[in-house]
Amino acid sequence: MATTSPPAQAPDVRVVPDEQDRSSSHLYVSMGPQHPSTHGVLRLKARIDGERIVDVDPDIGYLHRCFEKHSEQLTYPQIVPYTDRCDYLAAINNELTFALAVEKLLGLEVPPRAQYLRVITMELQRIASHLIAFGTFAMDLGATTAFLYCWRERESIINLLEEISGARMLFHYVRIGGVRNDVTDDWLRRVRAFVDDFISDKLPQYHRLITGNRLFVRRTKGIAVLTPEDAIAWGASGPVLRGSGVARDLRKVEPYCGIEKYDFNVPVGENGDVFDRYMVRMLEMEESAKIIKQALEGIEAGDVMAPLPRRWKVEGETYVRTEGPKGEVGCYLVGDGSDKPYRLHWRAPSFVHLQLIPVISKGLLIADLVAVIGSLDPVFGEVDR
Amino acid sequence: MQLEQSLVQWVGNLYAAGLSWWTSLGIPEWVWVALMAVLKGVAVLTFLLLNVLFLIWLERKVAGRIQRRPGPMHHGPQGIFQTLFDALKLVIKEDIIPSQADKWVFITAPLVMIAPALMIWVVMPFGPDLIARDLNVGLLYVSAVSSFSILALIMAGWSSNNKWSTLGAMRSAAQMISYEIPLGLALVAVGMLAGTLSLKGIVEAQQERTWFLLLQPLGFLVFIVAATAEINRAPFNLPEAESELVAGFNTEYSGFRWGVFFVAEYANLLFMAGMAATLFLGGWSGPAFLPPFLWWLLKTYLFVFLIMWVGWTLPRIRVDQLMELGWKFLIPVGLANIALTGVFVILT
Repeated sequence: MATTSPPAQAPDVRVVPDEQDRSSSHLYVSMGPQHPSTHGVLRLKARIDGERIVDVDPDIGYLHRCFEKHSEQLTYPQIVPYTDRCDYLAAINNELTFALAVEKLLGLEVPPRAQYLRVITMELQRIASHLIAFGTFAMDLGATTAFLYCWRERESIINLLEEISGARMLFHYVRIGGVRNDVTDDWLRRVRAFVDDFISDKLPQYHRLITGNRLFVRRTKGIAVLTPEDAIAWGASGPVLRGSGVARDLRKVEPYCGIEKYDFNVPVGENGDVFDRYMVRMLEMEESAKIIKQALEGIEAGDVMAPLPRRWKVEGETYVRTEGPKGEVGCYLVGDGSDKPYRLHWRAPSFVHLQLIPVISKGLLIADLVAVIGSLDPVFGEVDR
Repeated sequence: MQLEQSLVQWVGNLYAAGLSWWTSLGIPEWVWVALMAVLKGVAVLTFLLLNVLFLIWLERKVAGRIQRRPGPMHHGPQGIFQTLFDALKLVIKEDIIPSQADKWVFITAPLVMIAPALMIWVVMPFGPDLIARDLNVGLLYVSAVSSFSILALIMAGWSSNNKWSTLGAMRSAAQMISYEIPLGLALVAVGMLAGTLSLKGIVEAQQERTWFLLLQPLGFLVFIVAATAEINRAPFNLPEAESELVAGFNTEYSGFRWGVFFVAEYANLLFMAGMAATLFLGGWSGPAFLPPFLWWLLKTYLFVFLIMWVGWTLPRIRVDQLMELGWKFLIPVGLANIALTGVFVILT
């Protein structure tokens, strides 16, 4: 891990007023919440000079669902499907984080087969999420075709996950104490076939289509550089942090689900620009595939669910974090001994990353701003919660 | 070849017979000539609009195939009638003019857009005798009329009273003016080589020598890039970059008016492809087993497909890079090409 310290002075980020300032020659534009490339319902208040951005200020809250407060009214097993809706493109990773937190408070021991299944589904989900990040990013840059190619592989993943969970997006597969149900050997074989095909055939296709493209490289290299110091100071995590060259992956730092047994690398970028953040995701898909292969080899027969307590008495306070596709997904949980949490806080990586937009996009063009949003890969289900 | 010639002859006979009948009625001859000119125009327009309907369908199909999906499939075999129904839908949609818009400019902008897109077809040679009017300054006419549409984009962008529209209009003004120059330079080199500015003359010059694609590789490169930018096709579709500027200059347009912009865009696409075919691939000339008109159509659609193919594969270029490409690459190359062509013309 790189030894970098936070900057002495906080970057100068101002709040952009909500209307046109008549005294200045800068144009105020409201980009979103209904804009084709804000990945949901982000609104960017921007002051621009021609096409150059003077100030930009993200405005959120259009998808607020009171997830945290609502959770206080629900029993622990009931909360799991709600966590799906945070980062709805990586439901498994959210469920996992919550399940781990409750298991930690309950002191539950998860059976080994369930651990393997968690790793397999979690990494499949990471690939699916990165595929969307890649596809929408390419589409924001005007390459619509890559987007539809990503859908093909994501469809395969979704079909696999649908088979074991019954859902296609909000899977509700990882439960407190294990996973929902067991899988067949045939399913494992098909996961294997998918991963092999993905690595040998599909991923190189993307690289041929997008990564090597001169137009693409010229639009992403050196744009919106995030220094390692800034990245750490602003709490960046996941591919955004690693794109800046900080090799920190919670799967290595604080392993869970027995991930410490697996052999995989943590890809990092060099410059911290848009291209590096993109490339880190692409390389991570390969690493995820590697992990899945190892899990498929190591998986053993057995139960997939630990015996659950008849009455839920969750007491204590804990913070559990996992490495989601977007970054560090954290769950702060306070139990007061009843079957409902006293307080639940969700740390959403997308929320944290959104604050980076004003920091890294000053002086860029509007077209770059779109690339910046794409490279941060925010999902608004978890930004607003 | 024979069929087309006899057809042209038949039309000529009909024309002469009609004229004698007309003068026998005691109406002056110029009325008949004017009427026939209008008829010719209508014929070209009908052909053009039918092609545009087909092109929109083709674009969807090409895009679909490139993106591993079938494209439109309902409404007729392979969804061929999809555009027809879309056009119908656009016509019957509610006509919305934003309350803060500059009403008359807003209404006239689509007309200013479609007029040059149709006017420009006057000089397009579809065959040896199939040309609405063979102007001796054909190339000049093309570059003059094609630059007209900038005005429409600015009008649309400005009158909409929408910031995205204005930004799109500014982009398009910068883009089209910048790319007009390399386009003009490429046309100049072709004119020098052919020794005439008449499009018919250029095709005939190519019949005598060879396709200008072989004599003018640099000019062709400059032309096809500048033409793609001129008609706002991807990867140069910045004025309406949906992921950046919502819908650019036509953000506020809907229904029929939007449809008019759309038709103009495809008419321009077809024209630029037709120009590429005429200037560099010998236009209607070709072996006699196909009539000249079909040769023209074939070559034109080759370029149409090429432009679509490139457009659906590449990411969009950024606005400053677009300017760089235009001013720092295409214009110097275009100028160098003119110098080279000059030397070539003197030597041969």
